[in-house]
Amino acid sequence: MIRFALGRLASLTASLIVASIVIFAVVEVIPGDPAAFMLGVNARPDTIAALRAEMGLDEPLVSRYAAWVGGMVQGNFGVSWTYKTPVATLIADRIWVSLPLAIYALTLSTLVAFPAGIYAASRRGGAGDTAIMGATQLGVAIPNFWFAMILVLIFAINLRWFSAGGFPGWADPWAALKALTLPAIALALPQAAILARVMRSSLLDMLGEDFIRTARAKGLTRRQALWRHALRNALIPVLTIIGLQFSFLLAGAIIIEQVFFLPGLGRLIFQAISARDLIVVESVVMLLVFTVIMVNFIVDLTYAAVDPRLRARA
Amino acid sequence: MHHFKRLAASTAVVLCASGALAQDSITVAIQLEPPNLDPTSGAAQAIDSVLYANVFEGLTRFDADGAIIRGLAQSWDISEDGLTYTFNLAAGVTFHDGTTMDAEDVKFSLDRARAEDSTNAQKALFADIAEVTVIDPLIVQVTLSQPNGMFLFNMAWGDAVIVAPESIDTIATNPVGTGPFTFADWVQGDRLELTRNENYWGAAPALESATFRFISDPTAAFAAMMAEDVDVFVGFPAPENLPQFEADPRFQVLNGNTEGETILAMNNKVAPFDNPLVRRAVTHAIDRQAIIDGAMFGQGTPIGTHFAPHNPDYVDLLANSQFDPALSRSLLAEAGLADGFTTTLKLPPPSYARRGGEIIASQLREVGIETEITNLEWAQWIEEVFTNKDFGLSIVSHTEPMDINIYANPDYYFQYDNADFRAVLDELNATTDPAGRSALLAQAQTIISEDYVNAYLFQLGVATVARAEITGLWVNQPTAAVDLTGVSWGN
Repeated sequence: MIRFALGRLASLTASLIVASIVIFAVVEVIPGDPAAFMLGVNARPDTIAALRAEMGLDEPLVSRYAAWVGGMVQGNFGVSWTYKTPVATLIADRIWVSLPLAIYALTLSTLVAFPAGIYAASRRGGAGDTAIMGATQLGVAIPNFWFAMILVLIFAINLRWFSAGGFPGWADPWAALKALTLPAIALALPQAAILARVMRSSLLDMLGEDFIRTARAKGLTRRQALWRHALRNALIPVLTIIGLQFSFLLAGAIIIEQVFFLPGLGRLIFQAISARDLIVVESVVMLLVFTVIMVNFIVDLTYAAVDPRLRARA
Repeated sequence: MHHFKRLAASTAVVLCASGALAQDSITVAIQLEPPNLDPTSGAAQAIDSVLYANVFEGLTRFDADGAIIRGLAQSWDISEDGLTYTFNLAAGVTFHDGTTMDAEDVKFSLDRARAEDSTNAQKALFADIAEVTVIDPLIVQVTLSQPNGMFLFNMAWGDAVIVAPESIDTIATNPVGTGPFTFADWVQGDRLELTRNENYWGAAPALESATFRFISDPTAAFAAMMAEDVDVFVGFPAPENLPQFEADPRFQVLNGNTEGETILAMNNKVAPFDNPLVRRAVTHAIDRQAIIDGAMFGQGTPIGTHFAPHNPDYVDLLANSQFDPALSRSLLAEAGLADGFTTTLKLPPPSYARRGGEIIASQLREVGIETEITNLEWAQWIEEVFTNKDFGLSIVSHTEPMDINIYANPDYYFQYDNADFRAVLDELNATTDPAGRSALLAQAQTIISEDYVNAYLFQLGVATVARAEITGLWVNQPTAAVDLTGVSWGN
């Protein structure tokens, strides 16, 4: 197990180094001078030059890359050019929206998808299975920003149960959770649909395996075999999907954050890209890459915990 | 008595539930979040939208109609030669951190803005200042290197507000001004809060506190207004929804104008736009009303030159460029382009450009001009179009007030080079008497209209949606501002 973990750790480090180079290179070649953008159309060339110097943009690329990576290793992400605030502070503020939102959405989707998928698998071909599979088709097909607008229309504008958007902060946890509820539901719906389908098909695959037939032959009912033997083995593809979904929810909620004007990481990146706040874009994207790689690492370790054969193979 | 008690009790409940708190606080939404809170560096209009007249004040200021009125300077004397301005400052003014505002702060602010290493986005406003002298704590004298009829106007801009050396280092995140509201909190990405300055030197505002929120998505803006999460939306981004708000008794809609002359810019130094006939042909190919109706849902006033129609000095020159596709085609033929030509049309993000661009492209196609549309982000637009002048056509709204002087700069992105026009503007700058200025401004407007420098489309409108009870909001935007000084909840 330890050798397996160490091997994964080495490839993780290599991925991070490559990612940092790619991110830096891509962000730096985007056309558009940050200083000229900040000063607008009436700025004089000497003013722009003064600002470029102040922002350190006149330094060579290599030394700026070294400064950026060197800073990050020590936990210093630099200072945002437009906000004039440390990037770490910006991220820390936003992560308290994005992370709880991702966890909330993932919890909702798992709570819906697991029972639905297991139920559908156990009633294969029955009316319940058909209904659930029909519903998941719809769930996958509906774009989440459209679903979000419908939720706002019903629950914020007509019923007035929720605000249409914004985030009051965690000082009042109940209000904060309430503000995240509609966005979490909007994000969870397509995820739940996908997860339920994976859960069902993975379980059905397992139910066709020899060891299930053996279990049934030893006298277990179909349901007992499903719960005691098939489910555990069916979890591996489901875990993979959950890992991917978590990374997606953390980084990919940009549109939902726009619809609900939530101060999350997605909106931060969006604003930073249009303002050419390169240092923020680089650091936040790097952090997200780091998170995705870490989540995958943890998922890999979980596989190994669930399936001992994977440990041996490493 | 029994009745009275019940009435009192139910009133109390109602007050606790919504009324009492709402009546002296307000939630205002604008589209973009300010990148930082320093109006004296950086061009982002959102900084002024939040802070102008609320937190920061200058020597002079714009009122709701765009007139220049007294600010921190209560009166001023201008010397005979127009070179020396002596400002008498208001007494008893303190910054929000408790320090006194006096002539030294004025000198500091103006000197900082015009310094060698200044990052003021409108540094040109201060270019004519030769010296700032402190006469006594309440009198400051500004000497100009040449007469400048715009000087008091220039000092009203948000970029010319008075700041203090004690608080300048942290101004970007903790702005300290002299205005009727103090900065309270900024949850970046979500909201910014102001509270009433109890030590304000002028008339106290009615509002106790104000919260700004930043909502750029049109659908989210609609939802936030409808759900009554926000009380006022200045610059409402979904003009298609305005009739719905007008019909709803809970809301009022204020249709105002801005200083934004929206133009189809032509690159005057690049063929075929270096030929005045071609530029003229382009202007006659364009149906302004179709663009205003189609792209702006009727919001906007047609213009025939680069000047705001609500300005008393505006000259109606629409007749120079009436919609006449037949004339346009014959002008193209006269220029030797009877078969038309192909050019680029580079569009920045705002909807006036993106939606207007599609309509203009189809109108130009009617007379044989094919356009290749490229959508650009602002940062790209500034680099490609504005700095590198790599474009044929572009659509942009010039939102700075009184900016006809951009036509006097041959290096400006549309590259108009006319010595006669520059002579008129030089004379204008040196003229301080109002009648002489009006005549020169009319002359300037006429020259650029008859030279067909750009196709002048329309003056950009601005819609404010607000709860019906709210009074005192600015209808027009003579400068980017949400001035809360006179705003209250009705009675």
